[in-house]
Amino acid sequence: MNTYQATRLVAAREIRVKLRDKTFLFGTLFFLLIAAAGTILPPLLSGGPESVAVTQDAAGPLRAAGLDVHVVPDDRAAEQAVRDGDVDAAVVAGPTVLAMDEAPDDVVRALSSAPPLRLLDPDAVDPVVAFLVPFVFAFVFFITSQTFGLQIAQSVTEEKQTRIVEILVAAIPVRALLAGKVIAGGILALGQIALIAVVAVVGMQIGDSGDLLTLLAPAIGWFVPFFLLGFVLLAAMWAAAGALVNRQEDIAGVSTPVQLAVMLPFFAVIFLNDNATAMRVLSYLPISSPTAMPLRLFTGDAAGWEPIVSLAILLVGAGAFVVAGARIYEGSLLRTNGRTSLRAAWRERETIG
Amino acid sequence: MTRTLRLDGVDRSFGDRQVLKNVSFEVTAGRMTGFVGANGAGKTTTMRIILGVLAPDAGTVTWQGAPLTREDRQRFGYMPEERGLYPKMTVREQVTYLGRLHGLDAGAARRSTDTLLERVGLDERGDDLLETLSLGNQQRAQIAAALVHDPEVLVLDEPFSGLDPLAVDTVVTVLRERAAAGAPVLFSSHQLDVVERLCDDLVIIADGTIRAAGSREQLRATYTLPRFELVVDTDAGWLRDQPDVTLVDLDGARAVFDLALGADEQAVLRAALARGPVRAFRPVTPSLTEIFREVTQ
Repeated sequence: MNTYQATRLVAAREIRVKLRDKTFLFGTLFFLLIAAAGTILPPLLSGGPESVAVTQDAAGPLRAAGLDVHVVPDDRAAEQAVRDGDVDAAVVAGPTVLAMDEAPDDVVRALSSAPPLRLLDPDAVDPVVAFLVPFVFAFVFFITSQTFGLQIAQSVTEEKQTRIVEILVAAIPVRALLAGKVIAGGILALGQIALIAVVAVVGMQIGDSGDLLTLLAPAIGWFVPFFLLGFVLLAAMWAAAGALVNRQEDIAGVSTPVQLAVMLPFFAVIFLNDNATAMRVLSYLPISSPTAMPLRLFTGDAAGWEPIVSLAILLVGAGAFVVAGARIYEGSLLRTNGRTSLRAAWRERETIG
Repeated sequence: MTRTLRLDGVDRSFGDRQVLKNVSFEVTAGRMTGFVGANGAGKTTTMRIILGVLAPDAGTVTWQGAPLTREDRQRFGYMPEERGLYPKMTVREQVTYLGRLHGLDAGAARRSTDTLLERVGLDERGDDLLETLSLGNQQRAQIAAALVHDPEVLVLDEPFSGLDPLAVDTVVTVLRERAAAGAPVLFSSHQLDVVERLCDDLVIIADGTIRAAGSREQLRATYTLPRFELVVDTDAGWLRDQPDVTLVDLDGARAVFDLALGADEQAVLRAALARGPVRAFRPVTPSLTEIFREVTQ
């Protein structure tokens, strides 16, 4: 059996175990509900078309504007309907629009003629969306790399804690063990995101915000490779952290640098996303580029070549972290007496490999 | 080439402490080789080096005359001193998984797992999570995990520690079967009585050096003292005054004594016969414990 087959077996086991983990399943379900609620509910809550009470004679243009027209016998009945709260507005002789305390814009618009309008930058992103999208990207990367990274660390520590690691490394190369875990984590993370994305897309269709989707598509397309490489980089750090300790309880202690590497880019992108210079820098740093670069692509700030360069830098960064992480992993995997220092793990590579 | 696992001049240090010094010995096919030594003598380190979990600083490990490769080692069965399996996996699932990691295809791994679980008496608990099993049953699962891929060579670190007597019998039977089928079996133990009962060959290690190695009979012959047991009808105290005799133990009519080098034991027998009937007169073979004590001193 070669390294590739061993890696596949390890990854398959990790995935199988995870898919039976109730915490994981409920967590995924929870995210799916949030995605569904977040995309379907807002359009529903904003309500349907305005309702308007009017006499049969004047109903024509209002119907044509797609409003919810209630035909009443006369103007008095129309006014009463507004006062009773049966309709949002009424149109009476004049024509005069009646409403309680809020101007019924759609009714007014239906009865007036608007001047011609020409937008000079029609693609510009709605400010609300411009605020939400970076947050969503950063949040998705933050949450998934945090949860799945931690799971990789826990799985590494579990094998040390239960001592099964000695049987494993006697049978298969340490590299295969590490690669299998990182790949399984990546597949699970990406699978979870894909599921959430599908639910969100369906939700957007139901909630009728399909336009946003077309706008997001290129950013999402780039997000996938950035996410994968960024995840591998962090996963290598998580695995190394997990290998340094012998007990699940001690993971928190060694993983602080990893936590920071996840958290700092998250907050940087959230708080600096309207600072063009900061975002340019962030979109090239290997730790923050997975969120920052797709974002700049979304807002249209990045030139066509930029994601490619940034992705190349990330690839090199991830490669370096994997090599370093693997070395620490190998150096500390069989040290079962207390916590291994980074330096000792780096120096002492016990296994033949 | 002979099916022999061979260590040649293996050295290993941890920091400034040299734990193995020029360790050389052989494990022969079809024989149970006991590996004995005090705690910290180097047993576990030696076994880890055989399995490639540790690298030696110097020296070689060969199997059938060629240096060990990862492919060879994948066909070894290993039971580390510190036991462990996945607590949250079922017994059947993880034994199958370990079989696959050792190169079995899915079908073969499943079949072998079923056979072995039955063999070690765990077939009814096979679908339970490991953590719900008693410690003794977890040990049985560990044995199954070491044997699932029908290993060519077995290396077991303290396989009997923590086993209940029934499980010891099961394990002994299984190991004997493997040896009889032609696999070299190396097992360490600090329970000398168990080793004495089981092993064909013996390797004794102390302070990282091999002090004695060979078949049990050979070692007995080598380390036999000129020691005799005599049982007569009356008090045997007269032996005290016999030339060349050093009394080791005297219990009325029964005496154990050492004879000076080159002295004739028949002279002592004749002296005894002259005093009355002799009920027993025989050389005392040293127990493993005695040999162990002697070579490790």
